[in-house]
Amino acid sequence: MTYDIAIDGNNHRLELNRAESRWSCRLDGREVEVDAVLARPDVLSLRIGNQAYEVKCERVAGSLYLWVGSARFAAEVRDPRSLRRRVPGVDDHGPKKLTAPMPGKIVRLLVGQGDEVAAGSGVLVVEAMKMQNEIKSPKKGTIRKILVSEGAAVNAGDVLAIVE
Amino acid sequence: MFGKMFNKILIANRGEIAVRVLRACHEMGIAAVAVYSDVDRASLHVRKADEAYPIGAAAAAESYLNIEKVLDVAARSGADAVHPGYGFLSENAKFAQACADAGVKFIGPSAAAIDAMGSKTRARQAMERAGVPFVPGTSRGLESFEQAEQVAARIGYPVMLKAAAGGGGKGMRLVHAPEALQSALEGARSEAERSFGDGEVYLEKAMVNPRHIEMQVLADEHGNIVYLGERECSLQRRHQKVVEESPSPMVDAEMRRRMGEVAVRVARAAGYTNAGTVEFLVDQQKNFYFLEMNTRLQVEHPVTELVTGLDLVQLQIRIAAGERLAFTQDEVQIRGHAIECRIYAEDPDNDYFPSPGKITLLLEPSGPGVRRDSGMYEGWTVPMDYDPLLAKLIGYGADRSQAMGRLRRALNEYFVGGIKTNISLFLRILSDPDFRAAKLDTGFLDRLLEKKRAEPPTDAKATEVAAIAAGLFAALGASAAAAGERSPASGVSQPSAASNWKIAAHKEAMR
Repeated sequence: MTYDIAIDGNNHRLELNRAESRWSCRLDGREVEVDAVLARPDVLSLRIGNQAYEVKCERVAGSLYLWVGSARFAAEVRDPRSLRRRVPGVDDHGPKKLTAPMPGKIVRLLVGQGDEVAAGSGVLVVEAMKMQNEIKSPKKGTIRKILVSEGAAVNAGDVLAIVE
Repeated sequence: MFGKMFNKILIANRGEIAVRVLRACHEMGIAAVAVYSDVDRASLHVRKADEAYPIGAAAAAESYLNIEKVLDVAARSGADAVHPGYGFLSENAKFAQACADAGVKFIGPSAAAIDAMGSKTRARQAMERAGVPFVPGTSRGLESFEQAEQVAARIGYPVMLKAAAGGGGKGMRLVHAPEALQSALEGARSEAERSFGDGEVYLEKAMVNPRHIEMQVLADEHGNIVYLGERECSLQRRHQKVVEESPSPMVDAEMRRRMGEVAVRVARAAGYTNAGTVEFLVDQQKNFYFLEMNTRLQVEHPVTELVTGLDLVQLQIRIAAGERLAFTQDEVQIRGHAIECRIYAEDPDNDYFPSPGKITLLLEPSGPGVRRDSGMYEGWTVPMDYDPLLAKLIGYGADRSQAMGRLRRALNEYFVGGIKTNISLFLRILSDPDFRAAKLDTGFLDRLLEKKRAEPPTDAKATEVAAIAAGLFAALGASAAAAGERSPASGVSQPSAASNWKIAAHKEAMR
């Protein structure tokens, strides 16, 4: 099996082959001997050489994170055989979606459809756990659309507004 | 012994504290009754209870703060006492009175004692009469802006405006100069009005970066009052405590005795019974001033339990049942050192805003000197409707250094996946030189958070491990899907004999 793996945005190629109780593995062309035990779902015990690691896998809203000790790495795994390609880089042009960072309730809309906003200016206020969190515009532009109304309950990841 | 022990206690709370109280009940052979709101059916306290009753909608006003509904459950379940925990109805004199009227024992002080301490201004008047030291300021609500101006000029800036009915930092304003006084007063008043339905605001001298140290007291219903040592609570954010420890590194035996005796005087003046906490502000010269009395069990009570060897919740229950304190002041010994971290569902990368959601993976610490009071479990969805406190992790050791070492080790073992928590903040605090040297004050945490976190140099080895693990998780996921079974990662053990339905059932169970 061969995977293209991005760790915190840096690409690596990993070839994995099962060999008895171990995995023979090539990371970026380099041979690494790995002994792996899935201790429980989402927790791997790894031995690389004689170094031991516990690696935790966290899946949140479509994103994948790996924890090695207390260090967290954002990971993306692609099978090069699949045709899907990732769009590289962050596109600052074109419409941007504002999403809810947490489940909560919309308590206030600070702008209306068609309003001009500066980068970092508040668009609406979400309340969760008695705390109000201002959702700010990621860019300078015009509010193309507001998809929620005051009092609406939202889930993490819901699109709240679109800035263009 | 006076009185008769309770058979059944209703716990008018949720989260980790409901679980804490429930455990004490079970340890004493008392049945525990839980109440829960619509979003708390799956909460841990309901799972652990002997009986559980729904009491309404998620909004606290319709459930955990609803006196009628709570007392209705007390009657239906036949509970002979109510433990209010902290927050919610715990410092509500009307509730304590309603319990008394309904013939259900309220595990806490009398309604009159709560009332006397509930208003900060009235508490101050009573305490001034008892000769308790105060931060200079007004002991009554401000009548006018002119009065505020005069008092501020007399005691000198900076001054602090505070809501009389306040708590949790609401209705508080720090004022550095006369020009800012008027708008701050208006702001504090309207915030107090909105938060507590009472716009009374008073003023006192602001102490710059004082320490916040509190004294635990315990009073039975026969006039015996003891103090159980202090807790250092200087590490705060937005006026909320984050880390607490006992004993305070700055308090020696002599100072403890002096503070303890004042605390006992405060409790006596208020006619106080049951567990309570007297909070003090302490300046650099070790002068201490009465701040307020909390008429309930505190969140941070476990640190006192660890260093005194006493179980405060069991003692609360015994006192409420009419028992006398079974020990004297001289028998209270402080032994070792305990530090508590409040684990919150909040996002360190987004200014510590709440981060509710589903806990997908939970690995919990244990081992020597570790106590964990938790209200969460793997697979549980943290509701967005309440305070985001998930658990308290307490490290205990023979001295402060061993306690810190154990706490740090335990924090490294703690893993909460699926939601964000502030665990990384505690690791930062515990490695901070000022914290390690016990240079603590209420400005400590803001200063720490202002410091740009030194990005740890990317660890090439850890990155390599992460890349390999990412591939392995993907490969195992793929092979598990192909085989209809999550398999151990070692290439050998592929179960083959299991029938399909068994595999399917196993797969379900693994979810």
